[in-house]
Amino acid sequence: MGLLEVDRLSVGIGRLTLLEEIAFEVDRGEILGLVGESGSGKSLTALAIAGLLPLIGARVTAGAIRFDNTDLTRLDESRLRKFRGRRIAFITQNPMTALDPLQPIGEQVDVVARLHLGLTADVARSRTIEILTQLRIPEAATIYRQYPHQLSGGMKQRVVIAMALAGEPDLIVADEPTTALDVTVQAQIIHLLTSLVRERGLALVLITHDMGVVAQCCDRVAVLYAGRLAEQQGVNALFATPAHPYTHALIDCIPKDGMARDSLTGIAGSVPSVAHFPPGCRFHPRCIGRQSVCETNVPGATALPGGVVSCHFPLNGDQRHG
Amino acid sequence: MTAYVVRRLLMLVPVFLAVSVVIFLIIHLIPGDPVDNLIKIGSGPEQRAAIVARYGLDRSLPEQYLIWLAGLVRGDLGTAIVAQRPVSTLIAQALPHSLALGGLSLLVSAGVGIVLGAVAMRYRDGPIDQAIMGGVLLGSTLPTFWLGLLMILLFSVVLGWFPVSGARTWSSLVLPVLTIGLAGTALVVRVTRIAMIEAAQKDFVLLLHAKGLPPSRIRLRHVLRHALTPVVTILALRIGWILGGAVTVEVVFARPGLGTLLIKALNQHDYPVVQACLLMLAMAVMLGTLVGDILQAAIDPRVRANLK
Repeated sequence: MGLLEVDRLSVGIGRLTLLEEIAFEVDRGEILGLVGESGSGKSLTALAIAGLLPLIGARVTAGAIRFDNTDLTRLDESRLRKFRGRRIAFITQNPMTALDPLQPIGEQVDVVARLHLGLTADVARSRTIEILTQLRIPEAATIYRQYPHQLSGGMKQRVVIAMALAGEPDLIVADEPTTALDVTVQAQIIHLLTSLVRERGLALVLITHDMGVVAQCCDRVAVLYAGRLAEQQGVNALFATPAHPYTHALIDCIPKDGMARDSLTGIAGSVPSVAHFPPGCRFHPRCIGRQSVCETNVPGATALPGGVVSCHFPLNGDQRHG
Repeated sequence: MTAYVVRRLLMLVPVFLAVSVVIFLIIHLIPGDPVDNLIKIGSGPEQRAAIVARYGLDRSLPEQYLIWLAGLVRGDLGTAIVAQRPVSTLIAQALPHSLALGGLSLLVSAGVGIVLGAVAMRYRDGPIDQAIMGGVLLGSTLPTFWLGLLMILLFSVVLGWFPVSGARTWSSLVLPVLTIGLAGTALVVRVTRIAMIEAAQKDFVLLLHAKGLPPSRIRLRHVLRHALTPVVTILALRIGWILGGAVTVEVVFARPGLGTLLIKALNQHDYPVVQACLLMLAMAVMLGTLVGDILQAAIDPRVRANLK
């Protein structure tokens, strides 16, 4: 059993169900990629794991989030706070807006260790500088006293990562940690996160829509579509033999070497909004292999050798669409 | 920071000159003159001309302005034409009362307003929020003079806790301060509440929650701090207003003050007094804005960075 086990998790706002029966596991030293287009429910899943759904007015309606054998969905807010920032750290999408602009960098990192580990101000300070240095932030002692607006995007994201590490967490949930950064900086940050997982034995849920990043560093991949899990597999199997037509289409969208100009493909249409989820398989309006059953029946989960797929007509290696 | 304050003070000089021209022209554009209040009934044109000449009112406007300005630079505000006393004496008598009333009212509006605004935001859309916002609506629509009269009726006449009028004791300050303070409180509550609601939706607040900080601490140390920026702006703008605009309250409570002095001088066309009063109010507005900007810089490092 993994460190984090998301078990048939459903999330709703009011009477709307945004996430339905999402399930995946992550263990220590492992990176799980959570992929899908915008609107597929990746960020919502991240908020659910961090126990932050009430902030956006959403709630868990069914299922469980088991972290180290504790069901987080059953904890009240004050007990949940003992996990948040301490054992489960969160990295948000946009480092530009993730830090409080009115507070010096150092204090924002210090507070985690002071709050959760009970360190004194002095100890927390030297520890923060140590973490900043480990994250290859030059002149950490100077940065410590600076304000967020004095730092570049890449530096800010490193500070956000430092905040995540300050509580010595077991699990990091990173919601598109590189989307807002320059390409060169993106690679650095991904490399940084990967080495943290490998060296410290952390578990990482990496939310991204960049299949290239997934191929590069993830161990397992969960593909979400319109609030449901489309497919979950080990990374090699997923790229070699994607079982869900949606996964296949996503992989096809990655530009490859030697591709002719203008031959970049996309997936026709877009993710439906919550109010307009189609009946049956939610991907069927955009699926090239759809049959009439797809329009009426919700596909159940079918086991794969190393994963699971939700499709009436899963693909196998020799029978591919497109 | 010090360089910034000095630079801002120097920038006040041209503003001060422009304001003095406007004040001077406006008062001289009003029909009528102070001489009407001075000459005895039945006096002839010669006596009138003598008085006009004595106060330099026969000279051209630019000349009169320059004479006034030269006096100002020397710290001489002139002599009141009708009241027949040095203007500086009149101002010195009125200003402390206005400053005490205005300053305390500002403190009351700021203190009570920020606390109530934060409480309303905490219990947003609940009964507590609705009660506070209802009170705020009432407070901002009641005319201050009427509110003042009601307070006198209740606290002075019925309960006998505070004096009805005057400015002899500190206790006579309580009712006027509450009257002016309540109107300002309503404004501050609304701005604080809205600014906090807005700040609470920022990205970094989500991350503060993700760090496991207690919500009360996030609200007080982060969200409220962000919300103070617009609140400080509003309060700074009110400084000038409270000093001069308190006139209705001064009348209701029969308190001396700049507002009362100004109204009386306006009725008598007592040019030097009117000019001096308006100048004081203009300076209060200018200094208020300056204090507001300095506070902004103290709160927000990004503002400080732009100063250099």
